[in-house]
Amino acid sequence: MACIEARGLRKTFGPTVAVDGLDLRVEEGRILGIVGPNGAGKTTALNSILGLTPYQGELRVLGRDPWTERDQLVRDVAFIADVAVLPRWIRVSQAIDYLAGVHPRFDRAKAEGFLAKTSVKRTSKVRELSKGMVTQLHLALIMGIDAKLLVLDEPTLGLDILVRKQFYDSLLNDYFDRSRTIVVTTHQVEEIQDVLTDMMFINRGRIVFDRSMEEFETRYSEVMVSPEQVAAARALRPIHERQVFGRSILLFDGVDRQQLAALGDVRRPSIADLFVAVMSQGEGAAI
Amino acid sequence: MNTQPDPPIENPVRPFYWSVRRELWENRSVYIAPLVVAAVVLFATAINTTRLPRRIRTAEPAKRHAVIVTPFSLAPAPIMMATLLVGFFYCLDALYGERRDRSILFWKSLPVSDRTTVLSKASIPMVVLPLIALGLSVVTQFLLLQLGSLILMGNGMSPGTLWGEFGFFQGLPIMVYGLTIHALWFAPIYGWLLLVSAWARRAPVLWALFPPLAIAAVEKIVFNTTLFMNMLGYRMTGAMREGFVLRGKHVDVERFSQLDPARFLSAPGLWVGLIFAALCLAAAVRLRRNREPI
Repeated sequence: MACIEARGLRKTFGPTVAVDGLDLRVEEGRILGIVGPNGAGKTTALNSILGLTPYQGELRVLGRDPWTERDQLVRDVAFIADVAVLPRWIRVSQAIDYLAGVHPRFDRAKAEGFLAKTSVKRTSKVRELSKGMVTQLHLALIMGIDAKLLVLDEPTLGLDILVRKQFYDSLLNDYFDRSRTIVVTTHQVEEIQDVLTDMMFINRGRIVFDRSMEEFETRYSEVMVSPEQVAAARALRPIHERQVFGRSILLFDGVDRQQLAALGDVRRPSIADLFVAVMSQGEGAAI
Repeated sequence: MNTQPDPPIENPVRPFYWSVRRELWENRSVYIAPLVVAAVVLFATAINTTRLPRRIRTAEPAKRHAVIVTPFSLAPAPIMMATLLVGFFYCLDALYGERRDRSILFWKSLPVSDRTTVLSKASIPMVVLPLIALGLSVVTQFLLLQLGSLILMGNGMSPGTLWGEFGFFQGLPIMVYGLTIHALWFAPIYGWLLLVSAWARRAPVLWALFPPLAIAAVEKIVFNTTLFMNMLGYRMTGAMREGFVLRGKHVDVERFSQLDPARFLSAPGLWVGLIFAALCLAAAVRLRRNREPI
């Protein structure tokens, strides 16, 4: 059974189409990164998956309809919609007590164990904690929940790089196992590149790119070409070209690396470069 | 090595209980404000009580009962008024504040249904605040009676005078009755305030007050009548009028014979109000499901 399965998922706000016919299948045990410009429909798509908003089209999450079966679904799903949503008045100990009191799958010892490794004090209120500590607290609470699906919407927005790194490290090392599924959206693409198993670009409510990381690594290459070789390189039909210090960097999809090596230095492109390439090509042209 | 995955844990949960506790963590004014008022009442009445012996000696026989009883029987009134006001302001913020500070996204990530949340919030003015009012009133009255007894004894008078005139133990069930009928009678007000709180994108106070005032104004201008205003007035005072047998203009209740539960339960205003409250709460549940942070 797929963890998330969507067919023709669509959501409009008045005349604005936020999600425009999304087809999506996320298998159990995957870590999917969703990347897209602001207003691309990422959050709306996630809100549909979480049962926070009604939608059109077909959508099953863990075999349930998220809108009509939200109350049952939310026992198996954890989510962080940016970390700034923890109520500022709550004490760390109260947050733990509350979760233990309302969540059937919450393991207090796990959350407290994770928290013990941080400098977050149990008697502190959220308003007294630094942004980084609030992140650690929220992560600790999530760690305690034995969820099948974890949804993260811009979880590290506004945090410094150290905290962001820690966040994903903890997520991978202490939380993720093959029976869980994680869906994450972020603007800081490069940072999660090594974490993901799958990647998806969304633009204007549509999926414009959808690959596993293995595919990404084997199919795409980037070559830095000197001016005299540009014509030869262009003949191999790059999907994107940009100029850096007077040399051209060309991005290729599915071109043999040995063939490219003759033209210049071949390397793996970053997700950010690929993202720019795909976005500048316009809707869906890269696929 | 092949390790079996741990069986999924399944904690016993009490979402309603913890939701109510959560409200008290967040809104400490729910008990602090009445506590402060009780302390003030205690202090003021205590000073008043020092003049009790002299007043008893100089009182005309016809007014003797009132002179003795009044300071003690009036003590709970400010406490109950305080809980009432706290309840109104609590309701207005209950479903608005969590959207404004975006914490609704955190609460919604947990398995507590919108219905449980809204009902737990409604239970604060309907159940928790009346219980706080009762507890504080009883303690305040009891302390004041102790103090009154000491002062009387200090002046060589018998405390029996005080306890004989003031029916403390009789007052207790009367207070329980009074708080219960007021909670039920005010239910539509709380329901309306919670509904506005779930709906408004800004200034819930204005949205709560404006529509009723607008209706009253339009009615007055168009028909030159005040039916709607009268209805609102009846909603504020109706519990006293329907639930008790009052003597003329006096609103103090001392005897069981003044309680009239049969008339209260047969007042259409009660049932219309409860239906209105239920509709408001149902609408608030739906709104909380659909509304996003502001």
